[in-house]
Amino acid sequence: MFADLEPLLPRVSKPVQYVGGELNAQLKDWESAAVRWALMYPDAYEVGLPNQGVMILYEVLNERADALAERCYAVWPDLEALMREHAVPAFTVDGHRPLGAFDLLGVSFATELGYTNLLTALDLAGIPLHAVDRTDEHPVVVAGGHAAFNPEPIADFVDVAALGDGEEVVGEITDVVRDWKAQGRPGGRAELLARLAAHDGCYVPSMYEVEYAPDGGIAAVRPREGAPVSVTKRTTSDLDSWPYPKAPLVPLAETVHERASVEIFRGCTRGCRFCQAGMITRPVRERSLRGIGEMVDAAVRASGFDEVGLLSLSSADHSEIAEITKGLADRYEGTNTGLSLPSTRVDAFNIDLANEISRNGRRSGLTFAPEGGSERIRRVINKMVSEDDLIRTVSEAFAQGWKQVKLYFMCGLPTEEDEDVLEIAGMAHRVIQAGRAASGRNDVRCTISIGGFVPKPHTPFQWAAQAHPDVVDERLRKLRDAVNSNRKLGRNIGMRYHDGRPSLIEGLLARGDRRVGRVIERVWREGGRFDGWSEHFSYDRWTAAARAELEPLGVSLEWFTTRERDRDEVLPWDHLDSGLDRDWLWDDWQDALSGTEQDDCRWTPCFDCGVCPSTGTDIEVGPSGTTLIPLTVVGGVGRGPTDGGASAGG
Amino acid sequence: MARVRPGEAANPAPPTVQRVRVRFAKRGRLRFLSHRDVARSFERAVRRAAVPVAHSHGFSPHPRLSWIGAAPTGSASEAEYVEIGLTRPVDPADLAAALDAALPAGLDVLDAVVAEGKGLADRIDASRWRVELPGVRSADLAAALDALLATDSLVVERVTPSGRRNIDVRAALVRAEVGGAGPGDAPVDTVPPDGHPGAGPTCAIMTAVVRQTTPAVRPDDVLGALDVVAGLRPPAPAKATRMAQGLLDHRGALADPLGSDRVTTRG
Repeated sequence: MFADLEPLLPRVSKPVQYVGGELNAQLKDWESAAVRWALMYPDAYEVGLPNQGVMILYEVLNERADALAERCYAVWPDLEALMREHAVPAFTVDGHRPLGAFDLLGVSFATELGYTNLLTALDLAGIPLHAVDRTDEHPVVVAGGHAAFNPEPIADFVDVAALGDGEEVVGEITDVVRDWKAQGRPGGRAELLARLAAHDGCYVPSMYEVEYAPDGGIAAVRPREGAPVSVTKRTTSDLDSWPYPKAPLVPLAETVHERASVEIFRGCTRGCRFCQAGMITRPVRERSLRGIGEMVDAAVRASGFDEVGLLSLSSADHSEIAEITKGLADRYEGTNTGLSLPSTRVDAFNIDLANEISRNGRRSGLTFAPEGGSERIRRVINKMVSEDDLIRTVSEAFAQGWKQVKLYFMCGLPTEEDEDVLEIAGMAHRVIQAGRAASGRNDVRCTISIGGFVPKPHTPFQWAAQAHPDVVDERLRKLRDAVNSNRKLGRNIGMRYHDGRPSLIEGLLARGDRRVGRVIERVWREGGRFDGWSEHFSYDRWTAAARAELEPLGVSLEWFTTRERDRDEVLPWDHLDSGLDRDWLWDDWQDALSGTEQDDCRWTPCFDCGVCPSTGTDIEVGPSGTTLIPLTVVGGVGRGPTDGGASAGG
Repeated sequence: MARVRPGEAANPAPPTVQRVRVRFAKRGRLRFLSHRDVARSFERAVRRAAVPVAHSHGFSPHPRLSWIGAAPTGSASEAEYVEIGLTRPVDPADLAAALDAALPAGLDVLDAVVAEGKGLADRIDASRWRVELPGVRSADLAAALDALLATDSLVVERVTPSGRRNIDVRAALVRAEVGGAGPGDAPVDTVPPDGHPGAGPTCAIMTAVVRQTTPAVRPDDVLGALDVVAGLRPPAPAKATRMAQGLLDHRGALADPLGSDRVTTRG
């Protein structure tokens, strides 16, 4: 159907994002595949294309002889309007086939703010918005990604939520669909969904009935016959045997991450209490030094990117990080191939690491995330970083010639008072003073970047009251005054924060139950799109929709967000098992309130969070005992045939 | 590692010893690439192909790729040019093959020669465009072109991100006629035959030679001018392809900008 789309493209912004054909994109023969997946990232191409989850599943599925996968991304409102005008359905960018023609539509939700874009895609595809209205002819809509750990707000719109790591479960879902189709679709869609519900990691919301209590809370969640009482997440072990993506997609239009990424480990047990990713991806599973080296080599060769990001939730924590960075910097010396460590901690960080990372690439600023301004609040959130550690680290960085430090914080944390936030100013002032002393220059910079805290399911803060945006905005106004109270230091400090109001809506979507689905649908019907983009997000539209849809049911936006929950309340996601023991989470919440810290189980004894026994997994950390295979990076053109572009394995 | 000290090059890069000029095409769906998108694709392709490309010095080394007047987003081209600085002499044919293999399909390398003498910019002052106008009859196009060519000056307005600009289309227009490709042009997509009512799709073809001015007159501007002088308004988006760039001779033909390099190289 590209012929239908093509005449519209000259009339929209950045049309190239809709044409497909990127390097390493795949287009398999439609008829060759028994099971066809459309994989969607529900945001714009520039955000969605670099998404690792979609790229991994795209390759894993396309490697199967009996399956194919094509990608799609959210279309901007300019194209959406033209598609409606000309009756062009939602399409994949690889084959430009209508989404409705696929067996499965997999949607990866990194954030809850993509929910309205799911509805746009379904509607443009002619797929009924409500799962209950779909027939055998419609794709099975599967939600994945971190937000799928509480899919209740989108329970009406999705058929299945896949919990946890996707590498294996997508193959198993493919098998179930293939067999059902081969058998002549016995029992229709209902039986297919029942078969999927019996499958590990697959939650089928329509097979659970939610009963509400008079106080507005949930009285019970009852599985229908055949559905398990609770659904446990999937965990991929031995990352070395899953070296995906092998050939990263190279975007045609500019994207937010113009680099290849290699995931060096998955999971995190630092135990930051605000961090949903760290809680739901346990245990820690490292890729080996050798495995990382091979993936970096493959990614650079296949893509031509000049930067490789070593991804994880806290990359400097890899047990072999020094060997990884030194080895890769040696390998790519003189080739203008840079490395980056997107997530680093002050205490796991050292300047040798930073120097290795920047050796062949660009020396941008250093970024740290103390997250909390005061020692007290950092104990509450279990981010065990002392201000003195931070100052020591940045002093050394400035002495080594770095000129800029970025610090990330959150505002609106549980138990937070004005003072906790105002201490950020003192910390920033000390950074500038230390930087000037260490570098002997006046022009050092510190940028403090602040986000509003959103309590998330499956974390110790799942019971916490979210701070109202007005409280957050007021604290940040006071912080700005405090930063500028010393003009000489303040002028070298930049402060960045966004409007706090989207965080409240994110909070509603994160901890909502099925009743929130009505709010999402109303917002979407009234034009809500791209809620992660400030130019498209409308707070008023969300609050009005929440009033209209929730208050007749005896609940409200505030009820879902700024209200603290008690221990006995049935949480909407209690029947979804991230492996974390509920009692442990509660105890950790109580520890947070008393400012008690929790160590990391990689270096101290197990503290019984419950994940390993309940998911049958274990920590997989090095040192792996492997070595980086030495590769000689040589030029290909203009050399003899024997050494042209080849590697010398060692 | 040793820290960089003042006065030292942050990234001592080998010098440029050879420059190769490449002609390439932007075809099919990839005509929707913007110039920046094309440039990024080439930067990655030279790395994938292990072309020994030279880099600028400093903290942010960039590959030495020099671009000449890119075709606008949405326009295809059979005649785009880039000059690549190299740290090692290469056979241009090898470079062309390796680069072509490393680029996405639709960005296709057509020719490569070692750069000699005058710069590329001095060898290009005009473009020949081929524009398909679906839904337009050749006779209507011919009448509109006659009207346009009969004027001395025809100014159209173009809205750009930085504001509105007035562009004199007629002043830049060297030649314009109804009809397809001239000799030496690469083949393009099959074009539906000029139809009669009820006998299949109608699609007039325009060939226009446009002098390169600042701001550049684009095919869209020519179409805008045809609307102004004759009310010609294609019912569907036109498809423009740049067929050639080069120096205008007295007959209005374009000289191959790589021609003299090729003679020198092969001689």
